[in-house]
Amino acid sequence: MSDIEPLENQPELRRLDPVLGPGHTYASVTDKIAAVVLTRRPSKGWILGFSVSFCLVMALFVSLAWLITKGVGIWGINIPIGWGFAIVNFVWWIGIGHAGTLISAILFLLNQKWRTSINRFAEAMTLFAVACAGIFPLIHTGRPWMAYYMMPYPSTMGIWPQFRSPLIWDVFAVSTYGTVSLMFWFVGLLPDLATLRDRAKKRTQQVIYGILSMGWRGSAHHWYRYQSAYLLLAGLATPLVLSVHTVVSFDFAVAIVPGWHTTIFPPYFVAGAIYSGFAMVLTLAIPLRKAYGLEEFITMRHLDNMAKVMLATGLIVAYGYAIEFFMAYYSGNKFDVFLAEQRLHGPYSHFYFALILCNILTPQVLWFEKVRRNVVALFVMSLVVNTGMWLERFVIVVISLTRDFMPSAWGRYSATFWDYGTFVGTIGLFVMLIFLFVRALPAIAIAEMRELVAEQAESREEKS
Amino acid sequence: MTEHRPDIYGVMGEFLTPEEILHAATQARQAGFKYVSAYTPFPVEGLAHAIGFPRTGVPLLTLTGGLLGCLGGFGMQYWCSAIAYPLNIGGRPLNSWPAFIPVTFELTILGAATFAVIGMLALNLLPQPYHPVFNVEGFTRATTDRFFLCIESRDPKFHLAETARFLQGVHAHHVHEVSNAE
Repeated sequence: MSDIEPLENQPELRRLDPVLGPGHTYASVTDKIAAVVLTRRPSKGWILGFSVSFCLVMALFVSLAWLITKGVGIWGINIPIGWGFAIVNFVWWIGIGHAGTLISAILFLLNQKWRTSINRFAEAMTLFAVACAGIFPLIHTGRPWMAYYMMPYPSTMGIWPQFRSPLIWDVFAVSTYGTVSLMFWFVGLLPDLATLRDRAKKRTQQVIYGILSMGWRGSAHHWYRYQSAYLLLAGLATPLVLSVHTVVSFDFAVAIVPGWHTTIFPPYFVAGAIYSGFAMVLTLAIPLRKAYGLEEFITMRHLDNMAKVMLATGLIVAYGYAIEFFMAYYSGNKFDVFLAEQRLHGPYSHFYFALILCNILTPQVLWFEKVRRNVVALFVMSLVVNTGMWLERFVIVVISLTRDFMPSAWGRYSATFWDYGTFVGTIGLFVMLIFLFVRALPAIAIAEMRELVAEQAESREEKS
Repeated sequence: MTEHRPDIYGVMGEFLTPEEILHAATQARQAGFKYVSAYTPFPVEGLAHAIGFPRTGVPLLTLTGGLLGCLGGFGMQYWCSAIAYPLNIGGRPLNSWPAFIPVTFELTILGAATFAVIGMLALNLLPQPYHPVFNVEGFTRATTDRFFLCIESRDPKFHLAETARFLQGVHAHHVHEVSNAE
């Protein structure tokens, strides 16, 4: 043991809200979280929310069916704007996923206790966001049934993928990210599935959770290997999450298009990903804790910390915007300078100003503790940042492509009904999966909450 | 004082706190029991060591998976780009290794993570739907708020009554017989 006193015992920090409400026992945290899944009937709000999101999923299916029937011509893309909503949405969704991995892996390695009650649904958010993200590059290929061409497999044609292309790197990065996130999530769920199996009263629940929990019985030997594997996974997921958005930024940065060809892209994309991801975690956490009365588990401390992370990553993103302008003028490259001016005065300047408003100006209110402790204000802020990050990707993709090197290659882009249909459809898919998740699996890691209870009991004994 | 009982898997003591079970486990080891297992609702620090469990094996497997992913990933790209389907583009090198790093990196992580998860499950002998400890009434609380210490009947020092008395001696709140029969 080090001789530095744990942070929560230091007097000047004691006024912080606890990460867990007082008076909880192993059984009470287990009961409260498991009951959401096992015994509580779906509320009216749940049924309404699920129905709306289900309708949006149907809209997604219609959009996809029409796309596959007619081809990508139903979208607003053209030459030179070959990347429209599909790539904007892809980058937006994959970025949202990143906060889940950050919370579950990086904060775990940094031993941040406040991650415990938010990591499970943040990981679920990652998985669902990656699922939504994965749809776009696939359908954007035009002939999605040929997508397997991107994988290296011995074909009768004798050809192999071009491994020097960032688009192939993307295939590997996103599929690895999806797979590792799924495994990380499942390993975390394993003890909780066993808890649900043991508490289930209905036969079907017992069978389903029994199969999923693989016969987990909490053996000390098992826990020992489990902790070792979990720590290793956290260590592996940390560089992975940084690499994924780096590779996504390579899709742009490796190209020579003005506004894309910059070295700031990888770090600034990663910061933007975490920024939008934390915004999405807040968007989900605030209604969730309210609907299921989980205010004692997802406390003001969590919301406050997440708001601070948003503020910090938002400032990194602001720095990225500033450096883009600085480098354009400092390089003296006339195409870069022209593009920078197009952002301010071009046909899409209103998108750029909306982006600055959403991503840089408005979030500065988070400096004030009053705002960070106001649940409604935080919820609104999280929506503003989500919008801002979507606008950022729109600005990056569309403005650069419409203002290429030669005026003869300039163009305009506007999304069609089907672009919006697909985008709104994936939002529906994401929300529907979240609704199903909170009913079918514990939204908070129960075993880790019990550990937290044990630690609190220990620190109480030390104090007395 | 040994006793061979094929119908009995072992004797199980029930405890209320992590400190109690840690104490009992240490006592059991000191008393010379070798086949001791513990069941807890969350990982209790030091418990695996207290009942004698020196290594996990998971880190080594993870390293193996990572190395396989790394070498396999790079090898695949080299073979595809330089041997199976060489494309001469302005005389640029076929083995353009810097461009192969991202995929090599991703496959390293994929290999290591897959080995870590599957290795952990395999070493734990999971999935295992049936285990004699599930026969104990109240064992379902091992995943909520009870801590169980089981001394198995294959232990050379095992004796049903004596071992049960030993568990009571280390302050078990209940002592259960674990039957082997379903």
